[in-house]
Amino acid sequence: MPRLTPENVRRAKEIISRYPRPRSALIPLLHLAQEQDGWLTEDAMEDVAELVGVTPAQVIGTASFYEMFKMEPVGRYVINVCTNISCLLLGGETLLQHAEATLGIKPGSTTEDGLFTLEDVECVAACTEAPCLQVNYRYFYRVTNDDFDRILADLRDGDLSRDIPEHGILSRVPQRIPTGKVANITPPEDQRVPVWIERAAPDKAAAGGDEA
Amino acid sequence: MSGGPRIVSARWEIDDAWKLSRYLETGGYAGLRSALDMTPHEVHEEVRSATLLGRGGAGFPAGVKWGFCPPDVWPRYLVVNGDESEPGTYKDRILMERDPHQLIEGALICAYATGIAQVFLYVRGEMALAQERVASALNEAYEAGYIGRRILGTDFSVDVVMHWGAGAYIVGEETALIESLEGDRGMPRLKPPFFPAAKGLYMKPTIVNNVETLSNLPWILEHGSEAYTTIGSESSPGTRLFAISGHVERPGVHEVPQGVTTFRDLIYGDEYCGGIRKGHELKMFIPGGGSAPWFFPEHLDLPLEGKVVGGAGSMLGSGAIVVMDETTDAVSACWRLMRFFSRESCGECTPCREGTNWLETILRRILDGQGRPDDIDLLLDIGDNISPGPYPGPGWGAENPEPVPFPPQQTTICPLGPSAVAPLTSAIRRFRDEFEAKIAQGAAVSV
Repeated sequence: MPRLTPENVRRAKEIISRYPRPRSALIPLLHLAQEQDGWLTEDAMEDVAELVGVTPAQVIGTASFYEMFKMEPVGRYVINVCTNISCLLLGGETLLQHAEATLGIKPGSTTEDGLFTLEDVECVAACTEAPCLQVNYRYFYRVTNDDFDRILADLRDGDLSRDIPEHGILSRVPQRIPTGKVANITPPEDQRVPVWIERAAPDKAAAGGDEA
Repeated sequence: MSGGPRIVSARWEIDDAWKLSRYLETGGYAGLRSALDMTPHEVHEEVRSATLLGRGGAGFPAGVKWGFCPPDVWPRYLVVNGDESEPGTYKDRILMERDPHQLIEGALICAYATGIAQVFLYVRGEMALAQERVASALNEAYEAGYIGRRILGTDFSVDVVMHWGAGAYIVGEETALIESLEGDRGMPRLKPPFFPAAKGLYMKPTIVNNVETLSNLPWILEHGSEAYTTIGSESSPGTRLFAISGHVERPGVHEVPQGVTTFRDLIYGDEYCGGIRKGHELKMFIPGGGSAPWFFPEHLDLPLEGKVVGGAGSMLGSGAIVVMDETTDAVSACWRLMRFFSRESCGECTPCREGTNWLETILRRILDGQGRPDDIDLLLDIGDNISPGPYPGPGWGAENPEPVPFPPQQTTICPLGPSAVAPLTSAIRRFRDEFEAKIAQGAAVSV
């Protein structure tokens, strides 16, 4: 079982440094672990626990709440077919049935070659482009059965590898805060009234204080 | 997209508006510059007089919300709610993908006015492209001195950090969002006492604003609240984004002035969706996301204004209009919505955790021909346990169509459970005969 690589530990520490409290980095670090292995291994979760200073049980507690974290291996491509209301009205269920028949699996399972995992998912915010699906969280709009077959073929042939990285990789652009530009990331206890508020008319120093 | 004022969608047709250079060329960061020439208090007053209503669902004025932070308690945080996942809603993702700097600028204006030194921009986990666009916009803005230490040479200093979720509808609820940002399961907090403005992130005063809400701020600061309030109606100034999906000729996302445009304009107008798909007619529509009670043809001429729609028993919610024609089976549509709420219930409160599951199970068995004669009353009874109302009761809905109270009552910590009950009861009230027919059909088959 792989632990986090030294490079990923470095990235993890960089992410942690952006939060006033390390535990806030927990979900981003789990994504990092999933990016490394495609799913969440126990060892990686233990690493994450150590990095943010919680117990492994707390990590699993958080991880198991969220749909995107996979506690067992999934395919290289996770195909999420939306069947929520807007997609349902325009053939989302039919598309899902076609996907099941084509891949020979039910939602929640993975093809034997380890290439595809199928999921029927809730609304992914592409409602005017129904029916839609995501492959590793990249969108395809107004998908017909033929489109679906073409997407599968292209994925198999590697024709989409530039647009669709392997499962686990979300943003390929990491946030970078240049050293020297960090304004203010400190534990909440260490903070006081911001300077630009302090210099403004003190009696009207800031929004606030209205009765709820 | 048609004519009319474009406030938040002005750059949508520009392919590279997400890059800083293009954003600056098209007037970007002018609102922030105006804000920095004013005192924080003046900026807050400007936003307050613009009556900028929250665009996430509840419609609460942002300027008023900001004012609830207790004085002299520091630090304060801003959490940007980009966890868009209400069924039918599609606008915040476009704003983050196509114009992330507009959102960042809005967040900075809010931070300046309220004395916030750290902003968290929470992007929904499933939105990989939005995360990429937001991250690269933040990187560029840091480099160019729009974020970070001593912004634009002033003493205003703030960090903006992108955070991203991992798939849970409930995290769109503001206290669940905060729990998630603290590294926990996204379960809502009991309110009171923990209203985020008083005790939010790390138990410090926290403002949670929706992406579209903040995206309005650069325009308001650049053009002034007076100009803003000339658009739309008096109680709902400005524009709003509406996603119209389902059985229309041309589904789409449109920015329209609030209060003066009607549902009919959006659904039937040639410049918008061009009517119900050919050869079909309107049966019902969802006016404000999966949680909203349904509307019917007689509601078409209502203006898109929170107060009016609220008075008519539903909500504009998240600006999601889902149009259903006569081919739509009311029971199936309800079942799909109930399955959503059942899957997304966080499990914290018993009435919702158990109740939404039973609502889905019972509707499923009705659809499968296994419905029982008292299933409709059973559905209403379960609904009553999650969200007390005038149902159940013999004949409620047909002879005694007492409206469902809206906003709904709740026996739960957050409105997720009641959000399941609201559309279901509105459907039973209108289409009880369809539910009964399905049950009778099943009974006939199983004999």
